[in-house]
Amino acid sequence: MSDKKPISSVNDFVVRFANVNGSGSASANEMFARSILRHGVPVSPRNIFPSNIQGLPTWYEVRVTEDGHLGARGGVDLMVAMNPQTWDKDVAGIEPGGYLFYDSTKPMPSTKFRDDITVIGVPLTAITNSTYTDPRQRQLFKNIIYLGSLSALLDMDPKLIEQLIGEQYKGKEKLLSSNVHALHLGRDWALQNLKCPIGLRVKKSDKVGDRIFIEGNSAAALGAVYGGATVCAWYPITPSSSVAEAFTAHCKKYRHDPATGKANYAIVQGEDELASIGMVIGAGWNGARAFTATSGPGISLMTEFIGLSYFAEIPAVIMNIQRAGPSTGMPTRTQQCDIIACAYASHGDTKHVLLFPEDPAEAFEFAAASFDLAERLQTTIFLMLDLDIGMNHRLSRPLKWDDARQYDRGKVMTAEMLEEGRDFGRYLDVDGDGIPYRTYPGTHPTKGSYFTRGTSRDRYARYSEEGPVYADNMQRLVRKFETAQDLVPRPLQANAERPTKYGVIYFGSTSPAMDEAIGLLEARGHQLDRLRIRAFPFHSSVASFLAEHDFVYVVEQNRDGQLRQLIVNENGIDPVRLVPILHYDGSPITARFIAKAIGDHQDHLKVTPLRKAVS
Amino acid sequence: MTYIAKPKFHHPGLKKNELGYTHRDYEGKISTLCAGCGHDSITASIIEACYELSIEPHRVAKISGIGCSSKTPDYFLGNSHGFNSVHGRMPSVLTGANLANRDLIYLGVSGDGDSASIGFGQFAHSIRRAVNMTYIVENNGVYGLTKGQFSATADRGSKSKKGVTNTDNAIDLVAIALQLGATFVARSFSGDKSQLVPLIAAAIRHKGASFIDVVSPCIAFNNHAGSTKSFDYVREHNDAVNRLDVLVGRDPIAVDYAPGTVQVVEQHDGSRLALRKLDADYDPHDRLGAMTFLQKHAAKGQIVTGLLYVDPDAEDLHEHLNTVEAPLNTLEADTLCPGSAVLDKINASLR
Ligand SMILES: Cc1ncc(C[n+]2csc(CCOP(=O)(O)OP(=O)(O)O)c2C)c(N)n1
Ligand code: SF4
Repeated sequence: MSDKKPISSVNDFVVRFANVNGSGSASANEMFARSILRHGVPVSPRNIFPSNIQGLPTWYEVRVTEDGHLGARGGVDLMVAMNPQTWDKDVAGIEPGGYLFYDSTKPMPSTKFRDDITVIGVPLTAITNSTYTDPRQRQLFKNIIYLGSLSALLDMDPKLIEQLIGEQYKGKEKLLSSNVHALHLGRDWALQNLKCPIGLRVKKSDKVGDRIFIEGNSAAALGAVYGGATVCAWYPITPSSSVAEAFTAHCKKYRHDPATGKANYAIVQGEDELASIGMVIGAGWNGARAFTATSGPGISLMTEFIGLSYFAEIPAVIMNIQRAGPSTGMPTRTQQCDIIACAYASHGDTKHVLLFPEDPAEAFEFAAASFDLAERLQTTIFLMLDLDIGMNHRLSRPLKWDDARQYDRGKVMTAEMLEEGRDFGRYLDVDGDGIPYRTYPGTHPTKGSYFTRGTSRDRYARYSEEGPVYADNMQRLVRKFETAQDLVPRPLQANAERPTKYGVIYFGSTSPAMDEAIGLLEARGHQLDRLRIRAFPFHSSVASFLAEHDFVYVVEQNRDGQLRQLIVNENGIDPVRLVPILHYDGSPITARFIAKAIGDHQDHLKVTPLRKAVS
Repeated sequence: MTYIAKPKFHHPGLKKNELGYTHRDYEGKISTLCAGCGHDSITASIIEACYELSIEPHRVAKISGIGCSSKTPDYFLGNSHGFNSVHGRMPSVLTGANLANRDLIYLGVSGDGDSASIGFGQFAHSIRRAVNMTYIVENNGVYGLTKGQFSATADRGSKSKKGVTNTDNAIDLVAIALQLGATFVARSFSGDKSQLVPLIAAAIRHKGASFIDVVSPCIAFNNHAGSTKSFDYVREHNDAVNRLDVLVGRDPIAVDYAPGTVQVVEQHDGSRLALRKLDADYDPHDRLGAMTFLQKHAAKGQIVTGLLYVDPDAEDLHEHLNTVEAPLNTLEADTLCPGSAVLDKINASLR
């Protein structure tokens, strides 16, 4: 018996599954998350997995959140401990008053439990072995059996889970019925032998609405389909591989010529990242919309080519799904740690456009927009996701597309324009926005051809190492970058209820945790204005926001405060006024962490009377 | 250094090809390479081949890496787009360009440093992907642009200008291209225009990965005694397996009447390669035979030149990917975007 009152909560708790990699638990665990969604209750799930394929520990965490908080919360209320190897750590991680669910087939010494939690044993192996003889079936159905038991313990509607199983095994009647059978085996055992439900419960609600449940990588890949990408060259790397894999799957479905069945896209798995970005640049040079998806180590390899794209002004899109670096770092853990590496990638003076989507819906929108931007600006555009958005399902507003939308192919001089006698200088700034005209190879028999090179050249693309010619070109590139400011998504500002001298800047996957942290901070008596940066170059409103606040916290998921560095560098601001709030252990940042770090700092500044802070 | 414009003067009496273009229409800027550099002779052969094939110059995309050899695309086909990319990475840029627009002719120019060292991987993979291109390596066994270091194609035992002996084994790009499945593989010598011009023409006509290794002496750093890539050495050790004529149709096939054995190979696009055999038992359709032949002669210190292998029915990357006939760079939202109705369905499936 526990000596702490068991946690009691409806639609607001965290369940964590501890499994062994390769045990086939992933689909059962995901089904658990989805079935809660079908109850109309928002969830926010996260994969926590090691950089290994089989045998090592893996966790899947489901935050059940009636209030719709989509960031990680921290802490575990119910631990489904299916991995003996991580038992001690898993048990230790349960919140006081929480629950431990385990396979009780083999008795456990009481020292393996805790007094302040409720222990729930279900003889999963015994039930499985008495029903199935095939070893693989035993392994897979054990997962469905625990799902069944959990459904009883949490008071979930089994019909909704059956419905999901029905959708998953549509047309495969045998699999469908055997899964439903396994579900009820686990459910019935729990109902007959345990006190159901426990203090944690799922109750039907209507908080999901029309939102969709999708991984950021898949949404970004769809964005590439809708944005008109025709060439994708990539090289496998966690956590970005699923972008190219999803793009392939989407293209197979939606991108074939109805008359001939032929593909209106080309996907090549390059031999490495150098080749992948090389192909993207070759395709971009030749007028196709092309992209690659990679992660930090791939970016390192691509930098020479990124410099070429910048200097020779060739459209390219790189989706960087960031993971913890440097070097191999923690390949399956999340960070926002390539900000500087991407903003200034390559040698010499370079600056690149970065887009920071906050969720799958923006990953879709920004991915599609990145192709317009790449062609408009004739340069590399980085779509900066991270593992937390990329590889986890998130609840997201539905994806939207305006059918009237045409692609912005940028400034392309056609044969007709050349015929009209328009002056074509490849690097001529005709409009004063720093963006020159280009021609596609093969445009005209005698006009408009030019030589593309990474070497310095004059406005007419003629090789020249004259100092003033070089400087003229470099200044135009700065003008172009300034133009980009007005083309990229603007920052979004949300002000506190009361006027405040304090602000917070954040970006990307930190968004949901930040939204929640604001509430926690308000409860502690701290008012903060918020600015979510959505792109680099920074819009002028970033400078205004900085000017309007005495202190601005910059929340990010890396050690060195890379966004902060970039803001300081690009705005020439006194760094003291920018307070770094940094989370970089590879787990997604939580509202609790942000609220504590900012709250403690604010308390320190004595912005609120102590009385109020502790009330 | 600034760019030097070539005078635009056209002699009215210049010979014209079928399209009405003169030789001058296939020229580029004035070369800035050392006088006598083998690479300039290759440039001249490319110009000649394109003129003879009556190619529209602007329909060629010429792509290179970095090096003296990679500078040459500036010196031919002045009306076509060129791309001097980064060191060793011409193949990937060319592959991407080819994916974007399958309708152009792709000419990749590289050096032995470019292709056999830093870009060895890209060379290999573009060949095994069957990119429809003509890949020419201007092979001088040294790094010209960085002034005389050995490249990976320098033969073991050959001497640098400073007298250093190379102790590393050489990479034979032709052998590798054969092994990787190139469907047109040839070797030639920059100083042998009569062999090189038809080889380039045939390679351009070939659909699939064509590879030509052209031994091209570097006057400045690799034309001395002890070098195996010097003019003298190559002249003395050259053994041509065949001579080639490319027939683009229509005209009577004169070579059919030529003395000696003639083998006519019909390519995918209808053009014919007439191989005038010098080596009685040489069969250019036998990949394995070509590999053995090459090794045997290399062991004797001989450089085999000519068309070593051709597969007239080759397929290219676009066929492997089953891409549409229209160049991908011409497709717009109406073709590429599945639209909002489909997106609504996708949304519904994600709930
Ligand atoms: C990444 C990188 N490394 C090194 C160089 C310097 N570099 C320029 S050309 C060259 C070698 C060229 O040799 P090759 O390809 O054989 O051409 P050649 O000049 O002999 O025709 C080197 C090493 C470079 N440009 N880029
Ligand atoms: S250095 Fe050698 S390769 Fe370069 S231009 Fe001179 S002769 Fe040619």
